[in-house]
Amino acid sequence: MGRQIKFEIFRYNPQRKGDVPHMQTFTLEETQNMTLFIALNRLREEQDPSLIFDFCCRAGICGACAMVINGRPGLACQTKIKDQPSKITLLPLPVYKLVGDLAVDTGVWFREMYAKTESWVHTSKVFDPTKEEERMDNSIAEEIYELERCIECGCCVSACGTARLRDDFLGAAGLNRVARFVVDPRDERTDKDYYEVIGNDQGIFGCMGLLACEDVCPKGLPLQNQLGFLRRKMGITALKDIFKKK
Amino acid sequence: MQTYYSDLLVIGAGLAGERVACEAAQNGFKATCLSIVPARRSHSSAAQGGMQAALGNCAKGEGDCTDVHFIDTVKGSDWGCDQEVARLFADAAPIEMRRLAHWGVPWNRVVPGKSFYFKGGEKFEKYEKEENEGLITARSFGGTAKWRTCYTSDGTGHAVMCTMDNRCAQLGIDVFDKKEAISLIHDGDVCMGAVVRCLRTGELEVYLAKATAICTGGFGRIYKATTNAVICDGGGHIIAHDTGLVPLGNPESIQFHPTGIVPTDILVTEGCRGDGGTLLDCNEERFMHIYEPEKAELASRDVVSRRMTEHMRAGKGVKSPYGEHLWLDIRHLGDKHISTKLREVDEICHHFLGVDPRTELIPVRPTQHYTMAGLRTDKDGAVYGLKGLYSAGEAACWDMHGFNRLGGNSLAETVVAGGIIGAKIVEFLEGYETKFDTGCINSAVKKQQQRIHDLMHGRNGKLNVYDVRNEMQDALMKGCFVFRNQQGLEECVETLQGTLKKARKVGLVSDGIGPNHELAAALKLEGQVKLAMCIAQSALMRTESRGSHNREDYPERNDQDWLNRTLAYWREGADMPELSYEDTTPLFELPPGDRGYGGGKIIPADEKYVKERTVKSPVTEIGKKK
Ligand SMILES: Cc1cc2nc3c(=O)[nH]c(=O)nc-3n(C[C@H](O)[C@H](O)[C@H](O)COP(=O)(O)OP(=O)(O)OC[C@H]3O[C@@H](n4cnc5c(N)ncnc54)[C@H](O)[C@@H]3O)c2cc1C
Ligand code: SF4
Ligand code: SF4
Ligand code: FES
Repeated sequence: MGRQIKFEIFRYNPQRKGDVPHMQTFTLEETQNMTLFIALNRLREEQDPSLIFDFCCRAGICGACAMVINGRPGLACQTKIKDQPSKITLLPLPVYKLVGDLAVDTGVWFREMYAKTESWVHTSKVFDPTKEEERMDNSIAEEIYELERCIECGCCVSACGTARLRDDFLGAAGLNRVARFVVDPRDERTDKDYYEVIGNDQGIFGCMGLLACEDVCPKGLPLQNQLGFLRRKMGITALKDIFKKK
Repeated sequence: MQTYYSDLLVIGAGLAGERVACEAAQNGFKATCLSIVPARRSHSSAAQGGMQAALGNCAKGEGDCTDVHFIDTVKGSDWGCDQEVARLFADAAPIEMRRLAHWGVPWNRVVPGKSFYFKGGEKFEKYEKEENEGLITARSFGGTAKWRTCYTSDGTGHAVMCTMDNRCAQLGIDVFDKKEAISLIHDGDVCMGAVVRCLRTGELEVYLAKATAICTGGFGRIYKATTNAVICDGGGHIIAHDTGLVPLGNPESIQFHPTGIVPTDILVTEGCRGDGGTLLDCNEERFMHIYEPEKAELASRDVVSRRMTEHMRAGKGVKSPYGEHLWLDIRHLGDKHISTKLREVDEICHHFLGVDPRTELIPVRPTQHYTMAGLRTDKDGAVYGLKGLYSAGEAACWDMHGFNRLGGNSLAETVVAGGIIGAKIVEFLEGYETKFDTGCINSAVKKQQQRIHDLMHGRNGKLNVYDVRNEMQDALMKGCFVFRNQQGLEECVETLQGTLKKARKVGLVSDGIGPNHELAAALKLEGQVKLAMCIAQSALMRTESRGSHNREDYPERNDQDWLNRTLAYWREGADMPELSYEDTTPLFELPPGDRGYGGGKIIPADEKYVKERTVKSPVTEIGKKK
């Protein structure tokens, strides 16, 4: 016999008239290799089909299933029940708009972020299908890829004090996105162009540097380094600007 | 009710869908993409290995060309593909990879000098040329003559998906997530768009367009054990098939992978066995060498999957709360090997099983992996049966994969087909105007409202959605999996006939309000059972073994009778699919021959038939040499 696991789950369906946010308790017997993915699906299929939560890849690569698990933002599919106490509290990620129960709207948040940071390679070159590809150093390609590993799960933003205070803050995920283009030689934007986007309180100067973001990132992205890198770069740009104006 | 208009409606925002949308937007048309999840969460981002294109930049890819890629693809398909399409694909792939580089994909690049690689546990040396420094490099993937798989570290799908989605943002394409298409709108001739359920509010919305493209990926989720994401559930296939006018191409053609982990069926790489991992049964004894004395664990995907299934059927499976499985053992490879060469496997074991593969066994079983089956299109990507309806990517049977797709060819297909079909859609849209028939639109919406109402109130019955779904999944696993035979398939079809009746009598347990998942599952259940029946019935009729379709009772590939493609229609009001057949390919650049692996007898096709269709091609010479 496995343990009896008690799940305390946040419930609120904004579409249901008269519904109010509350916690609901479920119990499930633990089976071998059970993850939160398996547990939540069993709860929905066997106990309460109205339960709302998101999963997609169930393999830790898409970022759909982030939620607050016993007080800490993380990926539900990657969470093994055997590593948890016999009481598990589940809450939706803060900062993002609630869709229902444990599901939040990360899609809209991230699309706005792409628009703000103009998240694409800015180049004046035109693609010529008859030509060989432009060459690139493999180490640079790998460096870009390292920053592109973000799965947009939203954990970092949810754990961030600044993001909770101001909803226009780009967050570590947004700033990391900018860093990705800063290191890409194909992007022709200058530091000054980037400064326009992130050289303010919604961007790099809003960050308090407490690094909750890096602690919770399930992909282990080096967010701390990136924030430092951008802050230095933007600091220099700001100084240049001040001197120029004089 | 909200109504949205665009020139092109793309249902599905994976790589295929977004690539199609980009092509339309670049040419000045308004494109809208819909997706169940934010685009970057699409299943395309799960592909790690890479995508094939004959660039020939790296040492082991030297001498590669589109002809060789074409040959590999046709052989891989077990001559089940459309060769015109395979040709279009192979020729365009290199250009498309370069285009992706231009858009921002951080492809790994050639690093000149000496380096090492492993093959069958042995270490080899290679030299990359100075002059190729910085060009897109490639790695090796099973089943190809050259190293041809372009990649970005261990996250190709993810990186390409990011770039493609960025490109959509740049072009101002509307990509709406948490939107699920639940029905097409059409008048019997022309497709006008779709009825869509918003997964934020549960409300219905209407999306109208001059052209519609279904790019909803595979439908592995109708099987119980699959490597596919939970959203790969056939929604796109269902809405098209449900019109009664659109056929599924080769539904019996489904690919299985030997090593999905239990319980969640996440894929662990073939590399484990390649490097010397073994498979064990309930007694922790090896068995592959009994069935395949020569290759044992190293036999091809299909073969290993078959033997594992056979062994479990013989009562040697390990019982678990999630059904039977076998063990994968890599303990003897040692800490150093596991933490360097098999790091990804180590991480999967750690994160999803809490197993340390250095000291513990990994529970695995054969698992559904890819659907070569799909909405049948012509070579322009136009879906049979409805004007203005297109399909690309895994959802389509454009048919470059035939009965088995090669690793690395499907991710490449998404962008290559997306580009080619996107351009054809642009041609279609140019100068095309249409009228939207409000009667059609209203009746399509009403029908969906009625279905939802009936499900919510148990008007047709109160059967449990998940129970019925389980029954369907179990039937497919039992009768229509890796191994197929007449008795098993007949039983499967019979069971599914019963399941279909049940699917029509489900009712919700919950209230179904808002972004309710039970309702989403219920809405597609009947369509899923129909897909399952198409698979089983087509597999029953196809009395031969070709590629992934394996009949124990008909082990030979029969080109005499079966060099054709199944088309499965579901006519309105029918209880069984209607099957018809068409030639696999209008012409042969590469006449039918031996695949070069997997053994098996071939019953040759009529010589005259082949001769009449064979065209002159550079491939004929290269093909002969091999
Ligand atoms: C684990 C794994 C590893 C793989 N690795 C490789 C590899 O290394 N190389 C390779 O070539 N191939 C690989 N493949 C196969 C390849 O990843 C897929 O074939 C390919 O990504 C499919 O892309 P797509 O654009 O057709 O569909 P997907 O990327 O699956 O996108 C489907 C889209 O449709 C949307 N959708 C679905 N239904 C609806 C609906 N009803 N309404 C609205 N939207 C809907 C989804 O939200 C999604 O946006 C792998 C597959 C798996 C499962
Ligand atoms: S370091 Fe900055 S971005 Fe990270 S959590 Fe703290 S305030 Fe937020
Ligand atoms: S940076 Fe890490 S925590 Fe933040 S969204 Fe990306 S993957 Fe998630
Ligand atoms: S479901 Fe994709 S990361 Fe958890």
